Amino acid sequence: MKLYLKFIAIQLKSQMQYKASFFMTAVGQFLISFSAFLGVYFMLSRFHSVKGFELPEILICFSVVLTSFAISECFVRGFDVFPRLIQSGNLDRILLRPRNEVFQVLTSNIEFTRFGRLLQALLMLVYAVPASGIVWSFDKIMTVVLMIIGGIAVFSSLFVLYAGISFFTVEGIEFMNIFTDGTKEFGKYPVSIYGKGILKFYTYVVPIALFQYYPFLYLVGRSDSIGLIFLPLLGFLFMIPCYCFFRFGLRRYKSTGS
Amino acid sequence: MKKYLSFFRIRFIAGLQYRAAAWGGIATQFAWGFLTILMYRAFYETSADSFPMTFSALSTYIWLQQALLAMFMFWYFDNEIFEGITSGTIAYELCRPCNLYSMWFVKNMAVRLSRAVLRCVPILLVAAFLPDPYGISLPQSFEAGALFLISVILGFLVLVSLSMLVYISAFYTISTQGIRMLATSVMEFLCGAVIPIPFFPVVLQRVMYVLPFASVQSTPFLIYTGYINGIEALHSIGLQAIWLVLLMTAGILLMKCSLRKIVVQGG
Repeated sequence: MKLYLKFIAIQLKSQMQYKASFFMTAVGQFLISFSAFLGVYFMLSRFHSVKGFELPEILICFSVVLTSFAISECFVRGFDVFPRLIQSGNLDRILLRPRNEVFQVLTSNIEFTRFGRLLQALLMLVYAVPASGIVWSFDKIMTVVLMIIGGIAVFSSLFVLYAGISFFTVEGIEFMNIFTDGTKEFGKYPVSIYGKGILKFYTYVVPIALFQYYPFLYLVGRSDSIGLIFLPLLGFLFMIPCYCFFRFGLRRYKSTGS
Repeated sequence: MKKYLSFFRIRFIAGLQYRAAAWGGIATQFAWGFLTILMYRAFYETSADSFPMTFSALSTYIWLQQALLAMFMFWYFDNEIFEGITSGTIAYELCRPCNLYSMWFVKNMAVRLSRAVLRCVPILLVAAFLPDPYGISLPQSFEAGALFLISVILGFLVLVSLSMLVYISAFYTISTQGIRMLATSVMEFLCGAVIPIPFFPVVLQRVMYVLPFASVQSTPFLIYTGYINGIEALHSIGLQAIWLVLLMTAGILLMKCSLRKIVVQGG
């Protein structure tokens, strides 16, 4: 843990060497998320509600997804750019060192500019929390916190899975974007609006609904079953197959030789 | 002219080589388009009266957008050009007996077109066979189809001349990551890539319509679906042409300015 903090400090220092570029990128991140927010805002100001969900409720949903995505992208970025490690042969160096590989990949790249995106997510939350009319008792606050934690677990697993696949393809495969970027994009709205089939897919195959939709129902008072609060924790189960796949790929790894 | 044609050909053929990547892209864009249409369906089912166009027109718009994504996505930039500026290899290009603006313009066109050619046919084919309100339909009329062809070419040229401005900005800033992100987010939003322009509030629509960004993908797609028709379509095509001339002139002048006082990075 101490070593990890040290790595964070080093990464932060090195990124701060290019201050102008750093802040421009962070601002860019903020603006990209902000335009997504404006898209939702304009759609809702035209239609007022979608499948019974109103703007503040949707913004809570959007904010949870964006927060967990931004945090995962910041700290698990090493897996997101993992194909580069393979292509450049730097993975060989990592394997030679007497430390856990996952730990080293995690610390190889920490992307602090993602705080621009996080800021946008938090702003939406600040707006939506009073506007939604939810009575913020202890259990509701717990729900939001667990939703975010569950979200981080699922997004991180997806990045690890993506890295695992790139052992076989060397290049990152574009199709995984539909799960990572796509989830961030389409997770703006509660996934139930896409229809039953998609909801099932997002529950059993890629468990996004576990942290985004079911606890959300409890949060906005559509459901009373208290068990829904803890559903996001199941997202951690998703880590197991993804991690196993990564180990499997690592065992079969052949260096690209460059 | 001949040398630019061969630049175009080289880049175009090189772009056609990445077929496996194209299949991945096709699958992604298809899933993306599918989910987007489902999202609009939810809004349509909530309140069909607030929908600015028919649902099948919207599906057509989305499929066109996905099929021609490689042509119209703003965030794709040729890294070779940026690297050339930061590393100093641009000096070689300056020695060549050809106009830098035209050369970059042609190269960009070729890369984008080759990617779009590989991807658009399968996407359009599958989309054509989807059941009625979810698939892509034929253009509203024969004239709409013809005007769409003119408009899509103009839109493409406007987009390339917009991205040229970003390339030129690299002469001044060296590190372009920030500018690229800023430009991309503004551009994507105002050209109707986040939500189509007819979904914006009416007041904003009027402003957006006269900005150059609407001339990129919104105008051709809306002509195809018949949302813009008749004399209005001719007007918007005229507007596209005006923007194209203005943006290209601006780009050429800026390029001249920056080349006059360029300092080549050693290295």
